[in-house]
Amino acid sequence: MEHYLSLFVSAVFVENMALMLFLGMCTFLAVSKKVDTAIGLGVAVVVVQAITVPVNNLIFNYLLKDGALAWAGLSEMDLSFLGFLCYIGVIAGIVQILEMFLDKFVPALYNALGIFLPLITVNCAIMGASLFMVERSYTFPESVVYGVGAGVGWALAIVLMAGIREKLKYSDVPQGLRGLGITFITTGLMSLGFMSFSGLTL
Amino acid sequence: MSSNVNSVANTLKIALILCAICSVVISGAAVILKPMQTANQILDRNKNILIAAGMFDPAVNSNADVASMFERFNARIVDLDNGTFLSEEEALRLGLDPLTYSEAAAKNDPMLSDALSGEDDVANIRRRVKYATVYTIDNADGSFESVVLPVSGYGLWGIMYGYLALEGDGNTVQGIGFYDHKETPGLGGEISNPRWQAQWPGKQIYDAQSNVAFEVVKGGGPGMSQVDALSGATLTSRGVENMIAFWLGERGFGRFIINEVKG
Amino acid sequence: MNEMSKTILIKPIFKENPIALQILGVCSALAVTTSLQVTLVMCIALTTVTAFSNLFISMLRNNMPGSIRIIIQMTVIASLVILVDQILKAYAYEISKQLSVFVGLIITNCIVMGRAEAFAMKNPPIPSFLDGIGNGLGYSLVLIIVGTLRELFGAGTLLGFTVLPTVANGGWYQPNGLMLLAPSAFFIIGFFIWILRERNVEQIEKNEFPMSAHTAEKGAH
Repeated sequence: MEHYLSLFVSAVFVENMALMLFLGMCTFLAVSKKVDTAIGLGVAVVVVQAITVPVNNLIFNYLLKDGALAWAGLSEMDLSFLGFLCYIGVIAGIVQILEMFLDKFVPALYNALGIFLPLITVNCAIMGASLFMVERSYTFPESVVYGVGAGVGWALAIVLMAGIREKLKYSDVPQGLRGLGITFITTGLMSLGFMSFSGLTL
Repeated sequence: MSSNVNSVANTLKIALILCAICSVVISGAAVILKPMQTANQILDRNKNILIAAGMFDPAVNSNADVASMFERFNARIVDLDNGTFLSEEEALRLGLDPLTYSEAAAKNDPMLSDALSGEDDVANIRRRVKYATVYTIDNADGSFESVVLPVSGYGLWGIMYGYLALEGDGNTVQGIGFYDHKETPGLGGEISNPRWQAQWPGKQIYDAQSNVAFEVVKGGGPGMSQVDALSGATLTSRGVENMIAFWLGERGFGRFIINEVKG
Repeated sequence: MNEMSKTILIKPIFKENPIALQILGVCSALAVTTSLQVTLVMCIALTTVTAFSNLFISMLRNNMPGSIRIIIQMTVIASLVILVDQILKAYAYEISKQLSVFVGLIITNCIVMGRAEAFAMKNPPIPSFLDGIGNGLGYSLVLIIVGTLRELFGAGTLLGFTVLPTVANGGWYQPNGLMLLAPSAFFIIGFFIWILRERNVEQIEKNEFPMSAHTAEKGAH
C-alpha cells in the first residue's frame, strides 16, 4: 500500500507530467486561459489516463512483450516494435468510445468535457504516460496508480497555470512577451517551484 | 467522386491497403534490424562492464575493441541466498542462461525475485532478484583476477544502475561505473564523472570483521573505505553508499564473496 | 527551385515558426535539449517524419474517406515513427537510449499532425514535402538554439567537446546547473519568443484587456 502511495505522490509532484517532463505542453499552453476550461480539460485527462495506461499495460504484457504470446503457443514472438502503433490506437479508440458513452449516458458531463476529448488523443502526456509505464515495466496495479497520478499531476498543473494567467491578464507585460512569451516564463517559474519536491519519497 | 471516396467499400479498401503496406514496412524493418539491435544491446552492456573494471577508456578505445577485450570475462549466474555459483543443471532447471538472463526482467517475476520490506530494503529497490549474473576474469588456479557485480540503488530521482568491479580478494575496489541513472545533471549526475570515480580504485569494502565499511562522506576522510561525497548531492551520495551497503551485504553478494571469492 | 517552393520551405523557419508562433510541438522540444548531440538527432528524426508523413498523406488525400481520415493519418505517422525508432536503435543505440520515450512521442507531436491536417490535406505531394521539411527546420532552429545554450552554459561543452573547462574537471568555469534542469528550457524559449517578436512586430499578440485612457476628469462632474 505504502509503495502505491509513494508512486502516486511521485507521479503527481516529483515527476509532474507538465512541469517536470514537459509533456502535453501544446494543450497546456493553449487551453490554460480560464480556470473553468482548465478544470474541464484536467478532469478529462485524469479519466483518460486512468483508463489508457492500465489497458496499454495489459496489451504490452499479454500481447507485445518478448515471449508474451506464450499462452498462444508463440513463445518466440517479440512484437514490442508494434508498441507505438498499438498505444496510439488504444488511446484514440478509448477517447472515441468515452466520447460516445458520455454523449449517450451522461450528457451533462459530455457537454462539459465534450470539446476537450478529441484534443486529448494528441496530448503527449497521455502517450507519454503509457511509454513511461512500459519503459519502467510497471505491474498492472502500479500502472493503474501511475495512470491516475500522472493525470492528476497534469490537471493540477494546468489549473494552477490558468489561475495565474487569469490574474496575469490585468498586468502590463512588455509587448513582445505578451501572450505566449510570458506564459513560458511563468511555466518556468512554476517548474522551479515543483523542483522543491525532488527527492520526496514516502 | 466524393460519394465514391466516402463509400463503405472504399473506406474498407483504403483501410486494408494502408494496413497491409504499413505492416509489411514495419515488420520488415523490425526483422531486418533486429540482429543489429540485439548486438548493440550486448555491446553496450559489455562496454559498461569493461568501463567499470577500468579496462575501457572511451577516449582511447573504440566500440570495435569491446569484443576482444571482453573475451577474458566469464559470465556466470550466482544464487544470492546460498552465495554460490549456480550449477549448470540448476540453471537449466530454472531456465536461466547467463548470456540472456536479465535482472531487469527477473525483478518483476515472483519466481525469480522477492519483495524487500522496511529495514531490509537499504537501497530502496523494493524487489531483489534471487539470481544475478557476475562477470569474472579467472586465474589458472581457480581464483579470480577480477569480479564484476551488477549493483543498483535509489538515488534522488530514481534507481541508479551500475557495475562494481572488485579485485580477486573480494574486498579491494577495482572500479565503478553507472550505465543508467536519473540524477540531476551537474550535481548527482556527477556519479558518472570519471574524476569522481577515480577515487574508488583501491578502496576497501569490508572492515576486519567482514562488515561493509564503505562510506561516501563529505571531504573524503582519511580511511581506506571512504570516498568523497558529491557536492550539492547529499541524497545521491547517500544512495550510492546504501547501494554498496546492500549489494555487498548479507542480502546481496555478501555470502557469494565469502563462499566463492575469498574462500 | 521556383519562388513558391522557396517560400513554402523558408516561411516556417522564421515567419511562421511552429514553436514560437503556432505553439506546436513544444512537448518533446524541451526535454531533449540538455545536450546538443541528442538535440540534433531529435531534429533530424522529426524533420524526416514530418516531411514523409506530409508526402504520403498528400498522396493519399484524394482517396481518403472522411470517416477514417484521422486514423489514416495516425497510422502513417506512427509507422514512420516506428521505422525511425528501429533505425535509431540499430545505428545509434546510445543516442536512442538517451532519447528514450521521446522518439515515440513524435507521434503525438502536434507539428506532424498539425501540418498533415492543415497543409498536406489540401496541397499536392511536392509542396507538402517541402512544407514538412520547412516546419521541421523551424522546429530544429529553436531546438538547436536552446540545446546549444543549455549544453554550453550547463556543462561547458558543445557536442561533448569541452569549450569552457569546468571547475570539477580542473578548469575555471563554474557550470550553471540550472541550465540542465527543466525550468531553464522554459525561460530560454520565453526569451527567444520575446526577441523574435521584437523583430517581427506583427507577431505581437494584442492585449485582451487594454488599459483605457484616464477618464476620471470627464466623469467627475
